[in-house]
Amino acid sequence: MQTILKTDNITKYFYTPQKFKVLDNISFEINKSEFVSIVGKSGSGKSTLLYVLSTMDTDYTGSIFIENNLITGLKQDKLAGIRNENIGFVFQFHYLLPEFSCLKNVMIPAMKLNRFSKEEIEEKAYQKLKLLGIEEQALKPASKLSGGQQQRVAIARALINEPKIIMCDEPTGNLDTKNTNIVMDIFRQISTELHQTIVAVTHDTDFANSSDRIIEMQDGAIINTQ
Amino acid sequence: MKIFPKIKLNVDYEIALTHILAKKKQTIIVSFAAAIGIAAFIFLNSLVLGFNRDSDEALFKSTPHIRIYVDDKMSVPLFADSINNSLTIISNPKIVNESKKLLNPAKILHNVKQIEGVTTATTWLNINIFYNNGSAQVNGSSSGVNINEANEMFDIQSTMVEGSLQNLISTPNGIIIGVGIAENLNVRIDDNISVVSPTGIVKIMKVVGMFKTSNSVVDKSKSYMNLSMAQQLMAQGPDYITDIYVNVKDPNTAASFLPAITQLTGYNAEDWKAANESAEASKKTRGVMMGSISIIILIVAAFTIYNIVNMTVKQKLHDIAILKAQGFAGKSVVKIFISEALIIGILGTIMGLIIGAALVKALSKVYIGGDKGYFPIEFEPKIMIMGIFVGLFVTFIAGLIPAKGAAKVDPVAIFRNL
Repeated sequence: MQTILKTDNITKYFYTPQKFKVLDNISFEINKSEFVSIVGKSGSGKSTLLYVLSTMDTDYTGSIFIENNLITGLKQDKLAGIRNENIGFVFQFHYLLPEFSCLKNVMIPAMKLNRFSKEEIEEKAYQKLKLLGIEEQALKPASKLSGGQQQRVAIARALINEPKIIMCDEPTGNLDTKNTNIVMDIFRQISTELHQTIVAVTHDTDFANSSDRIIEMQDGAIINTQ
Repeated sequence: MKIFPKIKLNVDYEIALTHILAKKKQTIIVSFAAAIGIAAFIFLNSLVLGFNRDSDEALFKSTPHIRIYVDDKMSVPLFADSINNSLTIISNPKIVNESKKLLNPAKILHNVKQIEGVTTATTWLNINIFYNNGSAQVNGSSSGVNINEANEMFDIQSTMVEGSLQNLISTPNGIIIGVGIAENLNVRIDDNISVVSPTGIVKIMKVVGMFKTSNSVVDKSKSYMNLSMAQQLMAQGPDYITDIYVNVKDPNTAASFLPAITQLTGYNAEDWKAANESAEASKKTRGVMMGSISIIILIVAAFTIYNIVNMTVKQKLHDIAILKAQGFAGKSVVKIFISEALIIGILGTIMGLIIGAALVKALSKVYIGGDKGYFPIEFEPKIMIMGIFVGLFVTFIAGLIPAKGAAKVDPVAIFRNL
């Protein structure tokens, strides 16, 4: 099995209101096309871990490797490039850009990557929207869609650059059962058919149970991984 | 047929453009604020430039660009007797009573005319005289001139109301007087008047022309006569010349000719700026006044743009966070918001140019009378171009500050707080 994401002794402190060890020597490996859930009570440090893994939070000690390349200590602009190419994000709230159509929202990360022509990007964006069953909403403004549909557009956006890893922070936290099931099915499909790796922080037991592996955290440390 | 080349928009600019288009009304209002600033800048500076040009033109009707003359010499305070080593004379320094006469004026004139950039040069002799007709007496000053050269320099012809300049050449004792003198002496054209010089010489002269300038003091005192007549009134020979007047192509470069002229002639040369320091000072005052007003207006406009971009950044913190998460680097975020400011700036500059041009056009139609006629203002391409640069520079700075702030947004902090 090929290792896609590896952490080595990640430790992080919060300094306000007082010094507090939020992540304590976290080391694990995640394989390619694995669907991993990180669970734990609020305050267990699971979201903090996700943001450290996402390369957006650089204030930690230890090392992170993506495909055996050390990314710890790289410059912000370099990290932005790595995120653009290798990591897709899905958040609890969709965070679509309200002025743009759904299609444009999906296209933006690919336009930033600037690897394909605009026509090709548009074609790909349609494909992703189709994969998520919302291609007929493509030209509507993002704000005109229902919550579940918006979250699916956000997932399409996370997929557009065919990133190696998709990171999710409570992706179903704001959805009803029906939409939760749809999103869960999509993630399974992404992992098994597209062989992309998913790392999701979640409270949702059903969601966690549908994943390949659950990493359970407590007080900043991994207490259980199966 | 491809009229418009396909413009490939960078995604950063596309986002900026979409933000702007989403708020058309706001954009137009802010651009309008910028436009007012730029219009004020263009209008006020055109006003100053037009006014300065007009006052220079008025000045050049009586002042040459460069004047060559004999400067007053101070006596040397100490004469050491170096030969006998016996007696040293100490004297109070005072002006030496020397002749104002330029030596060999014809040669000087010839040499000066050879200098590259000199357009006209003419000999000149100013004298103070009394004009008499019967018991009526007017005092004033007369210029002994070569009338054709003088006309070339000061366009005397344009002020002539009666007679002609050519009559002066054909009449050795002719005189061209201001209309004020003619009125006070109650003389008409072809009448004779007597002229008395400071040296006591009296000449009967024939009025061959009259001129009227915009300045009544000049009209009541000034006259032109042939150079030889002025020399006779001063009881001097035909090589007695006190001044040589020189005009150059660009009056603003007059000062750069001075060293060459001084070296060539050995006499003092003074440019019009030095001769009219108060005019220069008032020009500077006008410039500073209008400049500071236009800059204050521009700063207010800049603040409006700053404010709106800053507000956009504050409203779009989540968008900025998500863009950064998706791999937009800090400099991309800066580019987005500077582009927004620049779109406003470009719109504002275009509108500002139109408004500014309209104001200039409107004012140039306003009649103010006097010798100025219509308001001395016209389209100044130089100022229009400056307006474009200033407008874009100001909006760039106004956008840069909030854009830098946007680039510093920490996406993690934004995501965690929600």
